[in-house]
Amino acid sequence: MFAADPLFSTGIDFGVVLIALAKSIIGFLFVLIGVIFMIWFERKLIADFQNRIGPNRAGPWGMLQTLADGIKLIFKEDLRPDGSDSLVFRLAPYLSVVPAFLTFTIVPIGGIFTGAHQGTVHLFGHDTFLQVADPPIGVLFLLAMSSIGIYGAMLAGWASGSKYPLLGSVRASASMISYEAALGLSVVSVVLMSGSLTTHDIVAAQASGGSILDWNIVVTAFVPFVVFCIAATAELNRPPFDFAEAEQELVGGFHTEYSSMRFGMFYLAEFMNTITMSAIIVTLFLGGPSGPIGPGPDQVWPFFWFLLKLLVFLAAFVWVRGTVPRYRYDQLMDLGWKRLIPISLMWLLFIAGIRIGRDQNWSPVLVPLAAIGLGALTVGLLAGSMRTAAIRREQSDEDDLGEVSA
Amino acid sequence: MSDFLQAYLTVAVFGGTAGLLIAGVLGLGRLIRPSRPNPDKLTTYESGVDPVGSGFSQSQVRYYIFALLFVLFDVEAVFIFPWAVGLETYSYFGLVEMGIFVFILVLGLVYAWRKGVLRWV
Repeated sequence: MFAADPLFSTGIDFGVVLIALAKSIIGFLFVLIGVIFMIWFERKLIADFQNRIGPNRAGPWGMLQTLADGIKLIFKEDLRPDGSDSLVFRLAPYLSVVPAFLTFTIVPIGGIFTGAHQGTVHLFGHDTFLQVADPPIGVLFLLAMSSIGIYGAMLAGWASGSKYPLLGSVRASASMISYEAALGLSVVSVVLMSGSLTTHDIVAAQASGGSILDWNIVVTAFVPFVVFCIAATAELNRPPFDFAEAEQELVGGFHTEYSSMRFGMFYLAEFMNTITMSAIIVTLFLGGPSGPIGPGPDQVWPFFWFLLKLLVFLAAFVWVRGTVPRYRYDQLMDLGWKRLIPISLMWLLFIAGIRIGRDQNWSPVLVPLAAIGLGALTVGLLAGSMRTAAIRREQSDEDDLGEVSA
Repeated sequence: MSDFLQAYLTVAVFGGTAGLLIAGVLGLGRLIRPSRPNPDKLTTYESGVDPVGSGFSQSQVRYYIFALLFVLFDVEAVFIFPWAVGLETYSYFGLVEMGIFVFILVLGLVYAWRKGVLRWV
């Protein structure tokens, strides 16, 4: 099942190095131009939601506003508080931005996956995948990188030696690790159905049939998709889960003490992560660059479909930010630990059962029925157990109060 | 170099370039930005009043409890991903075995839940 990038199959010569270099440059350009566009897009769309005009001075429709902001930031004085930890304070922006860049390497942004192409394109006498790299661990790389990204937020807040950033960073890291568990568990369903960890194989498994019904969003029956989207929003610290920088409570959150371009780096990482996470959702659940091939140059169409799907998710993230009020912190933790994690654990076993049933030709009616019955039994037991625990706890609380008053 | 590591070659180059890019931008900033520090500028922000006590204060223990629980689920990922990839080979045995594993895992979560650890207030 595992197919490595054919680029390296003939050994490494000058052409291979050139292609790898070209892919890296295209990756950088894609992410950076994407960020410039995304920040403008978000501000413009939020302005529309709030009945404002939004940026409209720099360039046509204010499109160059992000560049103007970047230039402003680089000319600003950079302050590092006296009480801060010098080394960690300087290190944190790197820990935030580098993983944000690296996550993008595993996203396939083009390539035709139907027929004989197998997602490869022919460049300078070499076949290669249209993604910067295709490491064998695939989606685990995503989880690893988002874990390292947490260090960026955590250390930035701690190293500032200030109270608001510290609060912001412990909050951010606690919520990010909570949702990372749910994120990982929902990815397992995708891996179960595709039988491979690499993003290329996951897209190939969805796209080879050429039908929307092969997409993982349908194949894994929507639940992992919903769980992944919610967990991704929390992982990105985006509203309604933006506790890392809840302005009304924590000023600027973990980057309160950062100024000038160091602050700019956190800003950059945040939007880069939004783009990459949307791209990962498209890759894992919506068939990546797959779609019908129209007239004209055929390699352009997959890229077009990828961009279109990506844009839908970027717009959805802004839409959610514009409409949903912020959660309370305990509600956020409840949603993660008491809803999303049990649901995705159960769904994982369900999907595994379906998968084995498909391999072994079990009855297509009986298996889901049995699974639903078993699931209902589990939920019932869990709910009953929680209810008795809550009642007992209330009773013991009352007893404690009684002792105090007596 | 082994085939396994070759796929990471581009990743390493990409990451290195990203690091250099950040260093370059921050270095450029260092050259062109003004630097006129004074003691007031270098204090930490505390809603406009002089900061009280140290910024490296203790925080609530609940955050660490969630971190401990997370370790439980992260270690579990180490077992669950290889299982997911190789499910075809394990078949019934794999399903039953993972059912038992998840049952024990959920038992741990239920224990924490009933203990009231997952309650925030």
